[in-house]
Amino acid sequence: MADMISRDKAEAAADNPLTVALAGNPNAGKTTLFNALTGARQHVGNYPGVTVETFQGSCMHGRTRLNLVDLPGTYSLTAYSPEERVARTFLIQERPDVVVAVVDATNLERNLYLAVQILELGLPLVLALNMSDLAARRGIAFDLTLLQTLLGAPIIPTVGKTGEGKAELLDAVIATGRRAASSTPLRIDYGEALEAEIAPMQRRLETLGALPDGIPARWLAVKLLEGDADLVARLAHPDIAAAAAEAAHRLESLVGDSAEALIADRRYGFISGACQEAVRHTVERRHEFSDTIDTVVTDRLFGLPIFLGLMYFVFTLTFTLGGPPMQWIESGFEVLRGAIGGLWPAGSASLLRSLLVNGVIGGVGGVLVFLPNILLLFLAIAILEDSGYMARAAFLMDRIMHKMGLHGKSFMPMLIGFGCSVPAILATRTLESRRDRLTTMLVVPLMSCGARLPIYALIIPAFFPEPWHGPVLWGIYLIGIALAVVSAKVLKSTLLRGETPPFVMELPPYRMPTLRSLSIHLWNRGGAYLKKAGTIILGISVILWAMQQWPGLPAGQTEAFAERRVAAEALVDDAAREQALAAVGGEEAEASLRASLMGRLGRSLEPVLRPCGFDWRLSTAMIGALAAKEVFVTQMGIIYALGGEQDEASVPLREKIRADYTPLAGFCVMLFCLISAPCMATIAVTRRESGSWRWALLQLGGLTLLAWVVTAAVFQIGSLLGIGT
Amino acid sequence: MTTVHHSHQTHHPAPHHAGVPLTHTRPGQRIRVIAVDAGHALVARLCALGLTPGITAEVVAVGAGPVVLNVMGSRIVLGHGMADQVRVRLAPVASPAR
Repeated sequence: MADMISRDKAEAAADNPLTVALAGNPNAGKTTLFNALTGARQHVGNYPGVTVETFQGSCMHGRTRLNLVDLPGTYSLTAYSPEERVARTFLIQERPDVVVAVVDATNLERNLYLAVQILELGLPLVLALNMSDLAARRGIAFDLTLLQTLLGAPIIPTVGKTGEGKAELLDAVIATGRRAASSTPLRIDYGEALEAEIAPMQRRLETLGALPDGIPARWLAVKLLEGDADLVARLAHPDIAAAAAEAAHRLESLVGDSAEALIADRRYGFISGACQEAVRHTVERRHEFSDTIDTVVTDRLFGLPIFLGLMYFVFTLTFTLGGPPMQWIESGFEVLRGAIGGLWPAGSASLLRSLLVNGVIGGVGGVLVFLPNILLLFLAIAILEDSGYMARAAFLMDRIMHKMGLHGKSFMPMLIGFGCSVPAILATRTLESRRDRLTTMLVVPLMSCGARLPIYALIIPAFFPEPWHGPVLWGIYLIGIALAVVSAKVLKSTLLRGETPPFVMELPPYRMPTLRSLSIHLWNRGGAYLKKAGTIILGISVILWAMQQWPGLPAGQTEAFAERRVAAEALVDDAAREQALAAVGGEEAEASLRASLMGRLGRSLEPVLRPCGFDWRLSTAMIGALAAKEVFVTQMGIIYALGGEQDEASVPLREKIRADYTPLAGFCVMLFCLISAPCMATIAVTRRESGSWRWALLQLGGLTLLAWVVTAAVFQIGSLLGIGT
Repeated sequence: MTTVHHSHQTHHPAPHHAGVPLTHTRPGQRIRVIAVDAGHALVARLCALGLTPGITAEVVAVGAGPVVLNVMGSRIVLGHGMADQVRVRLAPVASPAR
């Protein structure tokens, strides 16, 4: 009778969806398997910690819908890193119907460390023995039946890349999920000393009544002995916390090692025992080639120079290869501008036309022109990442980062920052310590981003002879880096003081990057850049455009210009007419700008910026640069009454600048643009990622203040010494 | 031909300050971890990666800071300062074959 009831229940439940969580070590192929199961295109990270969120997807198998959750890759269920916290919170609080523990078959023992803890938690588990093709090739043989018995969970060999084993895995998942009986938690014998402390702790917890989230008392007891601060806090029982601390202390004095080392030791003992029975290696395993590369790459003497050489190569490549596509995009925008402008009669004063041509296309177009440059940089970074080199580089940089008060992981966001600050700030998610993360976010804009290039491209040729171009540009980049180092150090010694967590990591094996993973990287990071252009920069461009239009010229002046235009139109000679019309148009634009809100703002800022060597024109252009750095150049074009279509290659603009300013002033302009507030998109992303306006405003204010101080100092001292004046 | 299968032996803790810091080893040496002088976070992290006291591992590279170890077949890197906190003893090269 009971049989029939449970069978009916099972059948009725057959169509209920199951929640399935995928857990596993980084590099175990978990996300690849997730993608294979759900058809998703989630980012496959080779740089540890790239996934600090859960990804959801679903699939149908038979009559059951499976809701899959890809948890961040973790090595354990402690709470010392953001990935672990996310994964563990999900497992404990959501209690999925089934957990698929994805283990790397070529690295089974270490991978089982996590799986075993999940089994101890009592969650229904299926082991996906992933990369089983690699294991077979390496001559590793498994007695699956025996292993299943020893661990107490079904084991399905899979190959994530090809999807092999998918069907069997899903069968096992559904069977496990539908099992009427609930799973008994795995019980590991922790040895005399530990068990003596676990038992009383377990009893204490059981007398408490309902444990948070239905966690088994034994699991909790072990975790408390491990010193898990998060769970201690969750429990909110001061006497239990004290008891756990005392017990841990007793163990330490008795055994000589910390309780957690002891517990880990015992877990591995259990795993080792199981593997000794059920796993056979038939071939000696060697990583010789990979190891040789590592010895060279992390070498005391050569490691850093090799890295710097690679970086130099990457940047040069980005600049040279990116040139032609940038020209194409610029031309494309020219055409677009002409096409849209042409929808109105020539010389039309239509606001909408001006909005579209100057505001939208001018503002956003300037940003989009940089896409090739930035995509190339991101591509290079993605190749280095996927090949496995970046992980090594992070370690090389760790020492330098540490001197700055930062973590080796800060290096990656800073590198990305040379392309665009927006994806760079997103990349700070991998930093475990909030202080490190905030410091990196605040300092990343000092890595001269791609958007500042047109400014340099305008000013450097205007003031410096040809052979100086390269060195001056590098000089600017280096100044940015130097300031970043100093600022980070200051921040970490004052506002954001605190210890930097240890940098210990598994090195992924070297591998060939695949086209697929590269495109996913590009999609994610390049997409962030495009999104910022399409949203924030578009919005600010429109606002700035409006600030240029109003309040507009007084009626008397408008009439005067109209009369001059009529007179110009009347000229017979084509060339003279063109010139006269251009002159009228240009002067009118300049006058209009002066009278507008933006112009007035610029003029009112002039006294503040004069110590830096700027006049009202430069001040006005700087305001424009708030939207996006590139706008500076367009603004300068307008200010010099050359109309709004000037770009950095414009010779007339260059000549006007050279005539009006000294090389020192030009250099100061670049300095100010380098250091001062990043574009609005960066501020907005900082606010979102840091969680409050406080940090975004600190970034804005701090950088602008720093810019003012440094630029004023350079200008004043330079003027005194008579350099470049 | 069977390979050396890393066996996890019961750990008998040595007194503190025994052994040498990991940074004093050379590539190719087999070492046995004696103790990790560090806070919870680091110990837990190392344990999760397989570096528990008593473990035998092989030193792959010792750079100016980072140390690369072969632990249970995978490569673990310890960054600046961390390697100093791991005390090890040289383990005999010949291990029992399976």
